[in-house]
Amino acid sequence: MAQGMRSKALKSGAIWGFIVLELIFFSVAGEFLSLSDKEFMDAENMLLLLKQSAPIGIIAMGMTIVMVNGNIDLSVGATFAIAAIVLLDSMTWPIFAGLGDWVIPVAWLLALAVGTALGALNGLIVWKTGIDAFIVTLGAMLAYRGIVFMFNGEQPTSHLNWTLVDIAEAKFLGLATASWFLLIVTFAVWFLMAKTVHGRNAYAIGDNREAAVNAGIRVGPHMMINFAIIGFLAALSAVVFYSESGSVNPNDGMLYELWVITAVVLGGTKIIGGAGSVIGTFGGVIAIQLLRKGLGHIGADTSTVNLVIGLILVAVLILDRQLNMRGKEELKV
Amino acid sequence: MATMSKQQIGSILAKQGILVAFVVFMIAFTIANPKFLTAENVLSVVRSSAILGVMALGVTFVVISGNLDLSVGSMMSFSTIVVLDLHDKIGPALAIPVMFAMTLSLGALIGFLVGYLKLNSLIVTLGMLSAIHGLTLTYSGGKNMDIADKEGTWFGVFGQGTALGLPVPIQIFVVVAALLGLVLAKTSFGRKVYAVGGNGTAATFSGIRRARTVFFCYIISAACVATAGLIQASRSLGSQNTVGQGLELEVLAAVILGGASLLGGSGTILKTVIGVLILGFIKNGLLLMGLQFYVQYVVTSVIIILAVWLDIAAKRGRLWSQIA
Repeated sequence: MAQGMRSKALKSGAIWGFIVLELIFFSVAGEFLSLSDKEFMDAENMLLLLKQSAPIGIIAMGMTIVMVNGNIDLSVGATFAIAAIVLLDSMTWPIFAGLGDWVIPVAWLLALAVGTALGALNGLIVWKTGIDAFIVTLGAMLAYRGIVFMFNGEQPTSHLNWTLVDIAEAKFLGLATASWFLLIVTFAVWFLMAKTVHGRNAYAIGDNREAAVNAGIRVGPHMMINFAIIGFLAALSAVVFYSESGSVNPNDGMLYELWVITAVVLGGTKIIGGAGSVIGTFGGVIAIQLLRKGLGHIGADTSTVNLVIGLILVAVLILDRQLNMRGKEELKV
Repeated sequence: MATMSKQQIGSILAKQGILVAFVVFMIAFTIANPKFLTAENVLSVVRSSAILGVMALGVTFVVISGNLDLSVGSMMSFSTIVVLDLHDKIGPALAIPVMFAMTLSLGALIGFLVGYLKLNSLIVTLGMLSAIHGLTLTYSGGKNMDIADKEGTWFGVFGQGTALGLPVPIQIFVVVAALLGLVLAKTSFGRKVYAVGGNGTAATFSGIRRARTVFFCYIISAACVATAGLIQASRSLGSQNTVGQGLELEVLAAVILGGASLLGGSGTILKTVIGVLILGFIKNGLLLMGLQFYVQYVVTSVIIILAVWLDIAAKRGRLWSQIA
């Protein structure tokens, strides 16, 4: 029993141990390899890291819900790009011309509504047709990306609104706007998953769908709500990021789904559903961003980052399997 | 014909749905544009589908065995870059086998992880997608690869050559498809692949070595990727190091469109070939109709979802799912 708990604690603590390891490694290695004189664990650098984690992190929270549910969403990168275009383009629409700076909340709401609707559409198809979420969202990814390209071809869509940039670059209690959004979303999704009926149902459905149906949970609408949530969060991520940058390329958000899934899996969520935690995902997001930043700090290029992240993902899977096997042996005894 | 009940029509539609859809598309596009069904156009479509097609053939094995392979795109970039680099260093005759060996060892690694260690194939190949991409960038130093002497090499024959009136890429596609079709349909290995994907536990109990079967599926997939990389490298005699990016999903789309189930145990080489051709002809047909290039993504994904829907609706005997 005590051993079983140790294995559980080992698993949920693994991601934080990994983060500490990364911090130590990059601080020490940075002493010898870094070109800059700055310390890696500089407070300013760590705050920047939190801000840079926001775009992936906000989506990863939604992905945690969907994956705990036993589904997956590959369309988040494309939804992200569509929401960004809606945000920036709607501010130039003639019907909003009289609004002045009040166009900002309108554009935000529009972008969020579009993201939510696209996510809900995925959920509706999964619910009503019974097609596997992997296929539905694979199709949606292609289709949404196609729409992005149809809008403006290969050209970027740009609109800079300085009030908006001021809001995005503002700092409150030392944290950037994007960081606040990440923290608030993390807390909200944690609350949803840990403290509400909806969250408990999500685990139940992911663990055993038959049993959940027998227990009277309406699986279809439940899954649709979760897809709407991840669509909303993908759009929110775009709203947070593009309020500051003001220009979106049609390729933006590509491969985001892979980064997000990597972060969620690193955080301990099972791809088959039924297990996973929001706090773990937060750790996964931080770990990945730390790795990207740290490797950059010691002078490695992006190719190394890709290589290392891929290998770590596989290593985590092997480790997780070993821990699970030990857990099963304990059960036998 | 008149006495045919609604149910019978439904079951024919479901069984041969993808073929019916294919014929309907071909007719519609031909009516819309007479140029569509000319020998020249058909050949050019098949030729440009060959690279995607060869990769899809290998992925068919992996999918039937109940797994996924998301790493084929970045693996294709890898083999393209490697063969182009080695071409100038050790000559084409040596470069090709060395490139095959390197790509196959990547396939063997994935096969080992998924087959013998029983790790989730989606995550493993997702990790390998990223890792192999990094490997390619490291190998090429982030630069594009070009053959120095493009005039004086015979290497272009795989991608640009024609023999007996047919472009070589098409011939490679046909030969590989025929070969793998035979392996899948007529050999005991092929039957094992279906058994492992259909019910892994039952297969293990009937004495099939599951791990070994899955391992060889990934080896076949890697061999197909290497072939596709060879065609790609030979076609342009130079390449960016992201040439295969995103192809993994298009390949998967073709395989699913052909009717292979992601749950494993079903699918054939012929169906995959049809899936590849449908994707190719849709792209071409939409372009000939003067539509924007990007419309094809939207149309393709709608068709994929409709095809899968039709397939499972026929299996459960009703259109809408029973999910509460």
